[in-house]
Amino acid sequence: MAESKDKKPYAEEYAINPGDFSAIGEASTKFKATLAMLGVPSDVVRRASIVAYEAEMNVLIHGGGGKIQLVVYPGSIELTASDKGPGIPDVQKAMQEGYSTATDDIRELGFGAGMGLPNIKRNSDAMSLETEVGEGTVLTAIINFTR
Amino acid sequence: MNLTEVARILRAEVIWGDEFLDSVDVTHAYGADLMSDVLAFARPGTLLITGLTNIQIVRTAQMLDLPAVLFVRGKKPQDSAVALSKEVRLPMLVSPMSMFEACGLLFQNGIHPCTVPVREG
Ligand SMILES: Nc1ncnc2c1ncn2[C@@H]1O[C@H](COP(=O)(O)OP(=O)(O)OP(=O)(O)O)[C@@H](O)[C@H]1O
Ligand SMILES: [Mg+2]
Repeated sequence: MAESKDKKPYAEEYAINPGDFSAIGEASTKFKATLAMLGVPSDVVRRASIVAYEAEMNVLIHGGGGKIQLVVYPGSIELTASDKGPGIPDVQKAMQEGYSTATDDIRELGFGAGMGLPNIKRNSDAMSLETEVGEGTVLTAIINFTR
Repeated sequence: MNLTEVARILRAEVIWGDEFLDSVDVTHAYGADLMSDVLAFARPGTLLITGLTNIQIVRTAQMLDLPAVLFVRGKKPQDSAVALSKEVRLPMLVSPMSMFEACGLLFQNGIHPCTVPVREG
């Protein structure tokens, strides 16, 4: 990857509009193209794509829309997804595989396996979930180029 | 096994992508009807078998660089899904078989499963 020490990190951000289900994955698709263009290693692109896509789905489905940002540093990627939705009352529970509050309608569309947050955790090197009931949720994930 | 062979075994109709069938080779397959399930377990080069027909299934495949999608139970993908799959050159097949039968036949013919880690508890 071409870079210089004094260069500002590359950043890209998209709004995730409430209710626009057919657009889920658009931002992640753009991130994936950007990362490939920047010459980021393909396994890193793959992990970042999974994290971004899961985060995007959660912002729209559970958070009622928000935004997602990609920042590319010389040796790592930072993804931040934020919303002003209902927040997560029990983060520990939400992190468990299979735990989902998705309705049957949502499940029919293919979301709600309760695997999103565990997938994000597995594919990132660091992850934080700041959330407050009634205020919203900010998820940050770091993916290092070398694990 | 290439996609031409997959289509023959599963009596699948090709929605689009005829020209790629001979050259796309699959060794593994993963069957699921939930997006995150696919994102968790499908390894690169996996044939995605699903009953989901919306545009997100194409984005899911694209995110993982999966080579093709096979729809079971005769379910045709939605128009928006077909349009996007053409854009990203992801061939689509539809088999009249159930998920179980389609997976069983591919397994019998030497296609490998994706590894699912053993869970605790
Ligand atoms: N941004 C958010 N705002 C509010 N609640 C959330 C948010 N993200 C996750 N949650 C809660 O955490 C639960 C688990 O999330 P996770 O992504 O693991 O599974 P899911 O979204 O329900 O299903 P999947 O991701 O497999 O499609 C959700 O069902 C929801 O209750
Ligand atoms: Mg989720």
